[in-house]
Amino acid sequence: MASNSTAIEVEHLVRRFGDIEALSDVSVTIRKGEFFSLLGPSGCGKTTLLRIIGGLDIPDGGVVRIGGVDAREIVAHKRPVNTVFQSYALFPHMNVSDNIAFGLRMKKVPKPEIQERVKRVMNLVEITSLGDRKPAQLSGGQKQRVALARAVVNEPQVLLLDEPLGALDLKLRKQLQVELLSLQRRLGITFVYVTHDQEEALVMSDRIAVMRAGKIVQMGESESLYEHPQTRYVSQFLGSCNILDATVKQRGTTDAIVDTPAGQLRVEYGLNPPNVAKSDKFTLAIRPEKVTLCGIAEGSGENRIKVRVEELLYVGSETHYLLRAGPQKLTAQAMNVKVGSQGFDIGQEAVAYLPAAGLLLLDD
Amino acid sequence: MRRLTLPLWLISGFLYAFMYAPIVVVIVFSFNSARHGGPWMGFTTEWYAKLLDSPDKITATNNTVILAVVSTIVSTVLGTMLGYGMSRYRFPGKRMFSWLMYIPVVIPDIVMAVAMLSFYALLRDWLGLFQLGMTTMIIAHITFQIPFVAIVVRSRMVGMDPAIEEAAHDLGASTWQTFWNVTFPLMIPGVLAGAMLAITLSLDDFVVSFFTTGPGATTLPILIYSSVKRGITPDINALSTLIVLASVAGVIGATLLQRPHRQAGGG
Repeated sequence: MASNSTAIEVEHLVRRFGDIEALSDVSVTIRKGEFFSLLGPSGCGKTTLLRIIGGLDIPDGGVVRIGGVDAREIVAHKRPVNTVFQSYALFPHMNVSDNIAFGLRMKKVPKPEIQERVKRVMNLVEITSLGDRKPAQLSGGQKQRVALARAVVNEPQVLLLDEPLGALDLKLRKQLQVELLSLQRRLGITFVYVTHDQEEALVMSDRIAVMRAGKIVQMGESESLYEHPQTRYVSQFLGSCNILDATVKQRGTTDAIVDTPAGQLRVEYGLNPPNVAKSDKFTLAIRPEKVTLCGIAEGSGENRIKVRVEELLYVGSETHYLLRAGPQKLTAQAMNVKVGSQGFDIGQEAVAYLPAAGLLLLDD
Repeated sequence: MRRLTLPLWLISGFLYAFMYAPIVVVIVFSFNSARHGGPWMGFTTEWYAKLLDSPDKITATNNTVILAVVSTIVSTVLGTMLGYGMSRYRFPGKRMFSWLMYIPVVIPDIVMAVAMLSFYALLRDWLGLFQLGMTTMIIAHITFQIPFVAIVVRSRMVGMDPAIEEAAHDLGASTWQTFWNVTFPLMIPGVLAGAMLAITLSLDDFVVSFFTTGPGATTLPILIYSSVKRGITPDINALSTLIVLASVAGVIGATLLQRPHRQAGGG
């Protein structure tokens, strides 16, 4: 049940569009003051979930509680939530000040107070000088700030953001990510943030729910989600991952020896022993940056595999190596610490070290 | 932009001549002092003066303006509601209704006119109301204006980001507040364009007016038609010239009206 630390509870939410189930039995609890992201590809249901929380769409089943109150008992336009729309949806016939004042005017807040609050929020998002402009006269980044100000000025319990930075170029997006995060920390408002950009989700969120085909497939803090994905889908949607088909050869209490196309590997699973027995087949995964590439001289030892460098992708701060070990392809990423060549060339033989603790057992 | 070549100049010149030569003839002959068309006999403004002395022409002008203004106001209100409803609500049979909306547009005027006439005859038999006259003519004009207004307004609505209205809702505006504060101001260019179209259709309508009018409710097109049957007189040329002038003024006015909205409306 709702405790004081709960902002939003969603229980068994279902939404159908014709034959398509946009949301199938989604349940999630969002805590007060947290930055919560819904991450998934387009069509996974994340925007539908956001719209239902905001009262812009009606579910076919299930309950949404906002601050412990059943949302069905609150008229849609009286909910203590506000939305920042992907297209900004600024009112084109009003100037920036009037756009921001709109919510307060609808609530019949006294005029002097409206002026005061609009001014304060315009300072907060640094658009003080734009008050008289029409939306058509603003740049993308400025529109974004106005949209944010227009929502925040109402001091909602929860702010819903639908891919708010999606239309901006990379540099501005990164800058606004930082600003948005610091704004959220200062205001202490709960943010529910929809995005399909995994890096954006990782950078900004306290917790992330990864969605796929109308369901939440995994939910957790950014770091635990990245380091311990449970499925192939999550491992590859959040960052990238090497996938190996493995068979258990020998099972211990905290580790196991497995056979893979790349050779024999030891896997450490620590305190969460997976449900696998000898001769079981399963999926093994390892993040490219956990794979260490070393010279052929360091060739022997546990979890060291002879590989051949097939391709180098130089991306400035780091290099991505496409490797082959027999039939198995692997990717390794390494920071370019040295100046000039990192010591590996295409066609060269090398050794890849796959640390036992970096290997993950996936559910599918 | 490409530069016009000589053949293009000639073709465009011909096209403009094709469109405007008849109107130029009317304007020129309205200043001809000859009583029965024919050759140029010298410049005069006599026919314009004569118009002012002709009570039936002044009554017809009044009738035309009353008919156009009243029917346009009513059809703009109704057509705007229809266009808004068709774009913002879901209901069974919506596709059929939107298809039905086009029928009065494509139906020939004469069919519409005969249909109105028989319909009024039927109502007169049953209710004893709807004697032909100004009222029946106004109702007939409203009937054919509504779909034009509705179609223009709807196309304006379709171009509007639905998130804008959702944003108003999200910010605490009720359905009513959303409409008057956000939707309607953004619809205005479409509503004005629809009204412009409606008033133009009404002003130059002959067929429907001719069939649905009654004694004492003669409009300018009907008056011109009945005078011309006895040969074109110079005062009709003068009257036509004034109508052209009024139309040009209307077009310029509409353009000026729409200018600030284009900037504010964003499209």
